[in-house]
Amino acid sequence: MSDQAATFSGAIPDTVKTERSRSFWQAVFRRLSRDPLTMICAAILLAIVLIAIFAPWIAPNDPYKTSMVRRLKPPGTPGYWLGTDELGRDMLSRLIYGGRLSLFMGFTPVVVATFIGGTLGVIAGYAGGRINMAIMRLIDVFYAFPSVLLAVAISGALGAGIVNGLVSLILVFIPPIARVAESVTTQVRTQDFIEAARATGASGARIVTGHVLSNVVGPILIYASSLISVSIVIASGLSFLGLGVSPPLADWGLMLNTLRQSIYIAPVNAVLPGVMIFTTSMCFNLMSDGLRSAMDVKG
Amino acid sequence: MLFYILRRFLYTLPIAIGVSLVCFALVHLAPGDPISAILPENASPQLIEEVKTAYGFDKPLPIQYLYWLGNVVSGDLGTSIMTRRAVLSEVIPAVGNTLILAACAVLIGFVVGIGLGTIAGYNSGSILDKAVTAFAITGVSVPHYWLGMVLIVLFSVNLGWLPATGMGSLGSGELPFTLDGLKHIILPAMTLAVIPAGIIARSVRATVSEVRKQDFVQTLYAKGLTSRYVFVHVAKNAAPTVLAIMGLQLAQLLGGSILVETVFAWPGTGFLLNAAIFTRDLPILQGTILVLSIFFVVTNLAVDVLQMMLDPRVKRV
Amino acid sequence: MQTENTKTNDKTALRVMTRDVDTRDRGGPRQPMLIIRGLKKHFQVSGKSLGQPKIVVKAVDGVDLEVGKGETLGIVGESGCGKSTTARLLMHLIEPDSGEILLDGETVGSMRGVDVRELRRSVQMVFQDSYASLNPRLTIEDTVAFGPRIGGLSRTEAKSRARSMLRMVGLAPELFAQRYPHELSGGQRQRVNIARALAVGPRVLILDEAVSALDKSVEAQVLNLLQELKKTLGLTYVFISHDLNVVQYISDRVVVMYLGQVVEAGPVERIYETPRHPYTAALLSSRPSMDPTKRITAPPLTGDPPNPINPPSGCRFRTRCPLAEDICARVAPALTAVDDPAHLAACHARVSGSGHSHASAAA
Repeated sequence: MSDQAATFSGAIPDTVKTERSRSFWQAVFRRLSRDPLTMICAAILLAIVLIAIFAPWIAPNDPYKTSMVRRLKPPGTPGYWLGTDELGRDMLSRLIYGGRLSLFMGFTPVVVATFIGGTLGVIAGYAGGRINMAIMRLIDVFYAFPSVLLAVAISGALGAGIVNGLVSLILVFIPPIARVAESVTTQVRTQDFIEAARATGASGARIVTGHVLSNVVGPILIYASSLISVSIVIASGLSFLGLGVSPPLADWGLMLNTLRQSIYIAPVNAVLPGVMIFTTSMCFNLMSDGLRSAMDVKG
Repeated sequence: MLFYILRRFLYTLPIAIGVSLVCFALVHLAPGDPISAILPENASPQLIEEVKTAYGFDKPLPIQYLYWLGNVVSGDLGTSIMTRRAVLSEVIPAVGNTLILAACAVLIGFVVGIGLGTIAGYNSGSILDKAVTAFAITGVSVPHYWLGMVLIVLFSVNLGWLPATGMGSLGSGELPFTLDGLKHIILPAMTLAVIPAGIIARSVRATVSEVRKQDFVQTLYAKGLTSRYVFVHVAKNAAPTVLAIMGLQLAQLLGGSILVETVFAWPGTGFLLNAAIFTRDLPILQGTILVLSIFFVVTNLAVDVLQMMLDPRVKRV
Repeated sequence: MQTENTKTNDKTALRVMTRDVDTRDRGGPRQPMLIIRGLKKHFQVSGKSLGQPKIVVKAVDGVDLEVGKGETLGIVGESGCGKSTTARLLMHLIEPDSGEILLDGETVGSMRGVDVRELRRSVQMVFQDSYASLNPRLTIEDTVAFGPRIGGLSRTEAKSRARSMLRMVGLAPELFAQRYPHELSGGQRQRVNIARALAVGPRVLILDEAVSALDKSVEAQVLNLLQELKKTLGLTYVFISHDLNVVQYISDRVVVMYLGQVVEAGPVERIYETPRHPYTAALLSSRPSMDPTKRITAPPLTGDPPNPINPPSGCRFRTRCPLAEDICARVAPALTAVDDPAHLAACHARVSGSGHSHASAAA
């Protein structure tokens, strides 16, 4: 160590290193990782997702194998830890496999709707004027239905089926996401840094990709994340009504539907699939809350 | 003021037209020919002809829509495929039953939500606050149709205290005054109340703690007013927000009760819809959804107007 | 101290941009850089939908300006007098309702003259709110590099341009380039904003209350930086502020605005020493003096400026003017040379033959 290293001017590079600026997302991630509740929820969700993905290797039995002799066995039956359903299929295996469709049906609509609704909202918010009017009035019409009712109406008219269920859920979630995207974009658009960017002669598209998106993606994602929980509950609800996923596929909502008839005989079995829906929905909700507070602070 | 109300009213009109368009489109969304969608399979050729001219199915779509809209405005929502009765006569009692259920649920949700939210808002940061927050998150996360099943298992199957399904002696349009009626409504109403209770508790908590932080409340304490008087001020300021949320929740429950009604076999719109979906009775599906969504639009309008009258600051749009 | 070191390194880079004769100069040194004639902007604040009363704010109502090359033009006036709107109109950030802008002798927006893109490359702006005018999600370097990127430079070229610009405004790129706006002080942020504006290579810089939000000591540093930059880069400034002292310090010429109109214009010494419009006089006399013998004796300006929705007839200042007479309510005074061809004022009392009792009878 030379003497010079100890002088003030020599110390500057060190402080640069320790105070290295973090991008917004790095800071959010760091804050999230320090929130125990969020981390627990993330772990549970990760476990559920992994179990669903690797279902064929994890499930102890064939989820589709029926048996008339071992129908509605209570939980704890040897070989069938969580009992069997009304057709004698292994509950545990069906719950494990059911995660695949239930998560897919809950997650996909929000992702697609975030993309479509977000795009519509940002365009409406940035363009303003007539374009805004046209887009937002259309959105308002769909927003004028209670969400569950709209989902039931569309998939009810289209008929049961996974694709129809997805379509109806996407249509349910586009309006609220577009509304949030529009209002956030409108707020950002009026700020000075957008004016400054316009002053450089940049085109609208350049400003949106270079300056607007980075500021609106956060709030849109927070909002979208809060919808995943709703989506999972409504998606399972559709299957519960006999829309969405149809038998004999394994899906938590559909399982609730078919087991409902046996509620007096095997109440615990009947209620089990709901525990899964509840757990996933709850975890997504808590994670969304965690994300919201992690992103609450500037920078 | 009147001007803004009028404006808000005018703004609702295109929305209502849009809603009717969506409902009209439902029948055309259905796979297959719209005529076969609204008629029983064994309909005679002459009946098909009759319906074709009556609903203008031989005309282009925009004309069909106008025909349909004309019928709707005059109260003709079509005929049920299953019961062969007018859709309106099926929908109206069902809407009545759903309203009873939704109103009870909002009432419960309101009392519980406001109570818990106020407690939490006044003790923000404490264990009580955290418990209320936990309850609120549970309330909005829980699949209520499942909660209904759990309640049935608990109170009907295991304890045998309350009936699991149906409306009991409650006829349509009557209020649940009899003991039997009350017994039947407790479980579904409680189930349905969980969501509004959670949401109201959450927002009341937020509003109360926010209002309490504001300078004017500090001034009130500084003036030496007791907390009871301060509470009046806090309540006055929190009221418009809470009212708006309540109205919206009531409206949401009208649509959201489908699943709970199915669980409890409550003879409301949800039950009707479920049956319609099962039997592919599209006229009933369309009619019920139209009536419910118009109800929803009108409720939203009423909430906005009321909020505008209560809160002088809300004067936009 | 950092500034001093880096400045010498950068001299060579600067020389490229500031040759003795600016090649971009088209009209010659005597051609004013900016000429504005009859600029108008009215905002409709209500009445967009049916049945609503129509309310129009006349934010800028017929403004004429000239900014010479290499000059600093100060624009002063109370808040709401249309200073900032004028600035935004100058850059075509908002479209003027009428009036024309000439950049170096060529009309902006016309078929034969320069287009808006070129105007924006030649004229840049620094806003008052140093925080709001920086994208919170971008690093300082990316913010400054955005303009050059739009101008067609490659990513690496734009970044090195950004770094040399940061150095020029006294922010060592090694320390600051990767930082985010919230990690900087107000003065540093405003330096970034200046660097961002200069990165495009403009000839005119509009400073819209650019130093008003800063601490006094920081303000002085930024003002000195601006003076240096002006010298090295051969810039022209339009300096908008409500702070009379700062305007006096930095300006060569001053324009005084009141309710969307120019009431007085002239060289800085003349405006500050012999104001000819009663509004300017009132503004100046409202300044606290450091000298106790020069206590304010003139009555200060009372009340708020009238509502720009319904400005007074005739002279707009008459409702607050100590010299107001009948003529002032009837005829709007025009900007006229007083005492000196370079000193203009819009006041009947200063124009002979106007019919005002203070004016000399006839010419």
